[in-house]
Amino acid sequence: MSKYLSEFREPAVARLMLDEIKGLVTKPWVIMEVCGGQTHAIVRSGIDQLLPTGVRLVHGPGCPVCVTPLEIIDQAIAIAMMPEVILCSFGDMLRVPGSQQDLLSARASGADVRIVYSPLEALQTARENTGRQVVFLAIGFETTAPGNAMVVAQAAKEGLTNFSILVCHVLVPPAMKTLLDSPDNQVQGYLAAGHVCTVMGLAEYEAISAEYKVPIVVTGLESNDILEGLLMILRQLESGRHEVENQYGRSVKREGNPLAREMVGRVFATKDQKWRGIGLLPQSGLTVREEFSGFDAAKRFAVQEIATKESPLCISGIILQGLQRPDQCPAFATSCRPEHPLGATMVSGEGACAAYYHYKKL
Amino acid sequence: MCLAIPGKLVRIFENTGLKMGEVDYDGTVSQVCLEYVPEIALGQYTVVHAGFALSILDEEEAQKTLALWQELLEKADQQRENDGRSGGRQNE
Ligand code: SF4
Repeated sequence: MSKYLSEFREPAVARLMLDEIKGLVTKPWVIMEVCGGQTHAIVRSGIDQLLPTGVRLVHGPGCPVCVTPLEIIDQAIAIAMMPEVILCSFGDMLRVPGSQQDLLSARASGADVRIVYSPLEALQTARENTGRQVVFLAIGFETTAPGNAMVVAQAAKEGLTNFSILVCHVLVPPAMKTLLDSPDNQVQGYLAAGHVCTVMGLAEYEAISAEYKVPIVVTGLESNDILEGLLMILRQLESGRHEVENQYGRSVKREGNPLAREMVGRVFATKDQKWRGIGLLPQSGLTVREEFSGFDAAKRFAVQEIATKESPLCISGIILQGLQRPDQCPAFATSCRPEHPLGATMVSGEGACAAYYHYKKL
Repeated sequence: MCLAIPGKLVRIFENTGLKMGEVDYDGTVSQVCLEYVPEIALGQYTVVHAGFALSILDEEEAQKTLALWQELLEKADQQRENDGRSGGRQNE
């Protein structure tokens, strides 16, 4: 395993932290890990099973594939079916169910859908296919926005007329606030997503922590990072403090990455954004700014009005808000499996349903 | 796409006006854009998302965390030894 990974998964350290957590906790607490990558690490390493009874982890909405609204999937499919279009996407979007089909089945019926690992590959595809329209399905949180902003700026600089992005960017802090505002809220502390903060820094979290009086610990993605983050948050909860602490100092600086933030602000503006399963959250998404609107696929290919239909069995919206666990869904591992997902949370590697399916022996 | 792990920068080059690099993940090398970490040097570790390096791993911070954990481990071992000597419960 590569450097800076295995050292952060050392079992002896994990045992030590678990002991310390056990010695510390006097009351029941509910803590949400926001990031799907952390959900994955928690379920894989079994941290949720090893915590003292009373300390409950609930899984948050931090899986970009899962919260991308159905409309975007349906729009992407409609655009991909146009003969002049090459649609480029991250691989994990291909099996996310739309209303009728997914991108993979669109590809089987003739659409030119290509998997890329970086938006730069999509841009390169546009340079190499000047006779075609290349569309990149630009989804994700604050972590992928800088890359998507960069390719738009670059396409503008090069004067490319056959490149555009279908944007669905979601922002984490508005979702964290919405969950705290909900009358059903149980969350008393947040493990904030280390990589989102790598870009955005800590300022937004300091405001949330102060306003809602909740402790927030910015946490890395390895198992011992998560245990240390939990320890830090439980110390705060047990002593009645609420502040922002940074467990993930090796990647997160207080100011985040200013260059990345600046580019995101240049290309994108915030807007109200729908989250799949959760609904419309004010100012929680990004849209392409007017001056770059030539690169906005939603404008270039007028496919705005699409009526969508979710599977009536899927409760992923409730799961994404931490109100139920995947194994409480009646379809879980029966009619809904990774080979035949009913909801996006079963598809993505970061989705809670997929994590439970792969790692929990049920 | 958020499961980024740190990789080591092994080459820096330029392509279409963008600062690019090659990052080594335990033998697997991939190309990344370095525009957001322009000050990065060869041999440094970086956290990459969807082809873009977003931070330079602060090795000093990483070592600090690891050293702290090591210290805790040693303390716990010491404690266990002391408990053992004083006839206390031997830890498994
Ligand atoms: S198990 Fe399947 S149907 Fe149930 S919530 Fe998860 S994705 Fe939806």
